[in-house]
Amino acid sequence: MYDIKALYEAENVPHAIQLLQEHPEAQIIAGGSDVLVQMREGKRAGKELVSIYMIDDLRGVSYEEDGAIRIGSLTSFSHITRDPIIQKHINVLGEAVDMVGGPQIRNIGTIGGNTCNGVTSADSASTLHAWDAIVELTGPNGIRRIPIKDFYIKAGKVDLQPAELQTAIIIPKAAYEGYQGHYIKYAMRNAMDIATTGCSVNVKLSADKKIFEDVRIAYGVAGPVPMRAPSAEAKAKGKAVSSATVKEFAQAVLDDIHPRDSWRAAKDFRQHIAVVLAERALKESIRLAGGEIDG
Amino acid sequence: MLVGKKVPRVDAYDKVIGRTKYTDDLCDKSAYIARILHAEIAHGKVTAIHTAEAEKIPGVVKIFTCFDVEEKHYFPTAGHPWSLDPSHQDVADRLILTEHVRFYGDDIAAVVAENEVAAAQALRAIQVEYEEYPFVMDVQEAMKDDAPQLHEEYPHNILKHTTIRKGNYEEAIQEPGLIKVEGWYDTPTVQHCHIENFICTAEMEGDRIKVVSSTQIPHIVRRVIGQALGMDWGKIRVIKPYIGGGFGNKQDVLYEPLCAWLCWKLGGHLVKLDVPREETFVSNRVRHAIRSHIISWVRPDGTFAARKLEAFSDQGAYASHGHSICAKGVGAFPQLYPCDNVEADAYTIFTNKPVGGAMRGYGIPQAMWAVECHTEEIAAKLKMDPIQFRLKNLMPVGYVDPFSKNEMYYDTFRQCMEKGMAAIDYERKYKEYQNQTGDIRRGIGMAVFWYNTAVWPISLESSSCRMVLNQDGSLQVQLGETEIGQGADTAYAQMTADVLGVPLEAVHVVSCQDTDVTPFGTGAYASRQTYTAGFSIRQTALLLKERILKYAQELTRMAPYNLDIVDGKIIRKTDNRELMTLGELSAAALYSLEHSQHLSAESTYQIKSNAYSFGCTFAEVEVDIPMCKVKLLDIVNVHDAGTLINPALAEAQVHGGMSMGIGYGLSERLLFDPKTGRAFNNNLLDYKISTFMDHPRLKALFVENPEPTSAFGTKALGEPPTCSVAPAIRNAVYQASGVFINDAPVTPHNLFRKLKEEGLL
Repeated sequence: MYDIKALYEAENVPHAIQLLQEHPEAQIIAGGSDVLVQMREGKRAGKELVSIYMIDDLRGVSYEEDGAIRIGSLTSFSHITRDPIIQKHINVLGEAVDMVGGPQIRNIGTIGGNTCNGVTSADSASTLHAWDAIVELTGPNGIRRIPIKDFYIKAGKVDLQPAELQTAIIIPKAAYEGYQGHYIKYAMRNAMDIATTGCSVNVKLSADKKIFEDVRIAYGVAGPVPMRAPSAEAKAKGKAVSSATVKEFAQAVLDDIHPRDSWRAAKDFRQHIAVVLAERALKESIRLAGGEIDG
Repeated sequence: MLVGKKVPRVDAYDKVIGRTKYTDDLCDKSAYIARILHAEIAHGKVTAIHTAEAEKIPGVVKIFTCFDVEEKHYFPTAGHPWSLDPSHQDVADRLILTEHVRFYGDDIAAVVAENEVAAAQALRAIQVEYEEYPFVMDVQEAMKDDAPQLHEEYPHNILKHTTIRKGNYEEAIQEPGLIKVEGWYDTPTVQHCHIENFICTAEMEGDRIKVVSSTQIPHIVRRVIGQALGMDWGKIRVIKPYIGGGFGNKQDVLYEPLCAWLCWKLGGHLVKLDVPREETFVSNRVRHAIRSHIISWVRPDGTFAARKLEAFSDQGAYASHGHSICAKGVGAFPQLYPCDNVEADAYTIFTNKPVGGAMRGYGIPQAMWAVECHTEEIAAKLKMDPIQFRLKNLMPVGYVDPFSKNEMYYDTFRQCMEKGMAAIDYERKYKEYQNQTGDIRRGIGMAVFWYNTAVWPISLESSSCRMVLNQDGSLQVQLGETEIGQGADTAYAQMTADVLGVPLEAVHVVSCQDTDVTPFGTGAYASRQTYTAGFSIRQTALLLKERILKYAQELTRMAPYNLDIVDGKIIRKTDNRELMTLGELSAAALYSLEHSQHLSAESTYQIKSNAYSFGCTFAEVEVDIPMCKVKLLDIVNVHDAGTLINPALAEAQVHGGMSMGIGYGLSERLLFDPKTGRAFNNNLLDYKISTFMDHPRLKALFVENPEPTSAFGTKALGEPPTCSVAPAIRNAVYQASGVFINDAPVTPHNLFRKLKEEGLL
């Protein structure tokens, strides 16, 4: 039994916006795997809810005209993992969201909910950061698109304006074409867990596979929100694919990340793991991209 | 013969299709919902509780605070048999609700509402004022002179201190050439995490209170409710339906007295108290964290000259099962590896933490962690093979414990170890994994365990059984020994069918215990159900058989000693002729116009024996050194639990225990905020119980040496599977990494510190 003041069911996006305007205090609910847990804990108890779960237009993965990949915000984790477009171009995202909770959560949980929740540990978030994802928001004033790094304001807070909802996540063609990536979730269990640290890396190698044309890396739980590690990226970009570069890259993440000390894990431990993850995720990305490294 | 066969569980079908009724299923929808307000300080006095705002919430029926508990009937909670000797009674230190807060999570008020939402809203609206006292979270700190005191009657917070002295330790350590091995070993606070949280309901019928509870110990619950409410015990009726696990947490009287009291105060209205998971972690019971200090003086040939153990058990805030747990573990110490000169001290210490109670293994998983970690270190220091070192020193065949009279009848340890070694390919792997380098390394390790069945001669052991024959020759069997998921009912049906000579389908075990009608028994604990119930089942079935054959004499004119019951039929033994079916006999007996008789039997058997139950675990791991992670590759448990009544259920029991042991060894630990005493991770996300995905295939093997003292050759198997898993994993991690982890569990955090310390990172 949940302490819900009222539940309004939106039939489509304009209706959802209308309901959110009529009920400015209302909380959006999609799959409910975060919202209902919070209500049970008393944090959002007694709130009004606007459910967007029935809006099927927000489900599914497709190409936009310019070749960008559009992921409807209500697409469930299990659908993302099994989607052929995702598997072809950003298989790592499908792998990452396949590490969320357990099968039931992955069937009900949505990528929109995962990002709108604003937590640093979300399994989709570091990969979306690492792939330069764009967030599409629809509200009373129409549609706006912002880079995912700007969407995250601070822990638990995202850039959702009044009566606005997230309608899609977009991976531009330039961001995925020619890239291969790998995500490592570092957690205390192999299922039903949140990441102690999550690291997503992807690379674009030169035609001869000897040079890093581009390297991108993002972390979850290395700071209050998911983050890129630009110093590390700079250490590898344009450099030779070698174990020395990999090592230098991995060490450099420490210049960017700022994990905290908590009862969940100590700072020095998180830092140590972050470096190991960077190295291993990069090595695996190189392998996926057809490259080889010495030693 | 059905004993020894893998017959399906008698309750399997209903459980699989979801028809089985648990406490919540039995509760009428009209029930009021009770919720408990828990203290948010670790130690102090409640000075005021403001309920006015909460009382205004629609649906709130009434709020009771600690100040409403006028008659202070202090009661014990341990699920131990009552003792008529006051000096052996459990410590009575609990109240229905308390003003004196002794841990963060103590029970200070209760809300009763018409529904769950109103109850939750009311809890949030109540304001509490406290006078705070200093608190103590560590056993060593708690024993100091200036430590905060939890209970006035226990100076230095020592609930109890017991000692074992054998030979002369001080003199023995003077022997020249001895090698000293010393270590400190810590085990964590963990929780049972049974699937069904604790739940109970209460309503009055006439001037009696009927309580339905998810408990292992219905007859004990009745007694304690009577004590807590100051009410005649006969006025309390406790019903135990199917339960979703207990593992010892429900071998304690938890909130049945509170629920009964609320119902009573509300004029007998049905009240349901369903404890949320977060509260189950903190405000039910936990496994005692025990810190052990062991010193062994060993000769270069690998024999012991003298040994010393000090164990400090963290009792938490109230006595509950108290010293029994630490005492059991310390008691195992001089028996497992006998030595002529032993000093052992067991301390049980109050701290401002959740209450330690019974949990699967009852002190032995803690003791085996300490003892088997230490054993591995001795072997390493002596450069001896750890298997050979153990075999040289383990309890020998013919050993008799002077106190319990338990005897080592067989070469059990050797048999179990050989079976385990073969199953996991130990010798090859042990050689292969010596002296590895690189990031990813493998290791193999093992540990043995000591356990015993039942509680004789420490406390009462008795089992009562009733058998009632139906018109069709089938029968109901009732026992005070409870089915808590372990498969007891199925084992009882198999045993009854064999002794009486009827098919399994003819035996209807009444699973539900109702203290108004069920024969007296103290319930499920100490891995004793099959052992203890076996005696009364055999005795009662023989009694019933005697009555049946006597009646058969009237019907057949044959002498009873020439008759027998085979497969539900009365046969004449002299020529094996079938004279009639048991159904024909029973119908004739019930409907006879000359001599009608309801054939039934009831008896109590008092058990004055106990039995060792030994075995071991072998584990193979892969340690990823940079990642500070242990992956369990393979694990085997080998048990000598005597004759297995049902090998399939025995295997399932071992799997469950191994899973619990894996969590104990690798991931589970309840953490507390040192600043407030609050638990950090009292939920199933942050408390890392291992999942299916964290387990390799669990292998359970058996050595079946029939237990001579037992009614069916069987002995303990419920708890033993948990006892040696954690140290076996830790010893495998040692072989892989060369690092000794002495504080369980071997988490990545823990491994990170240790690997760094040893220069591996």
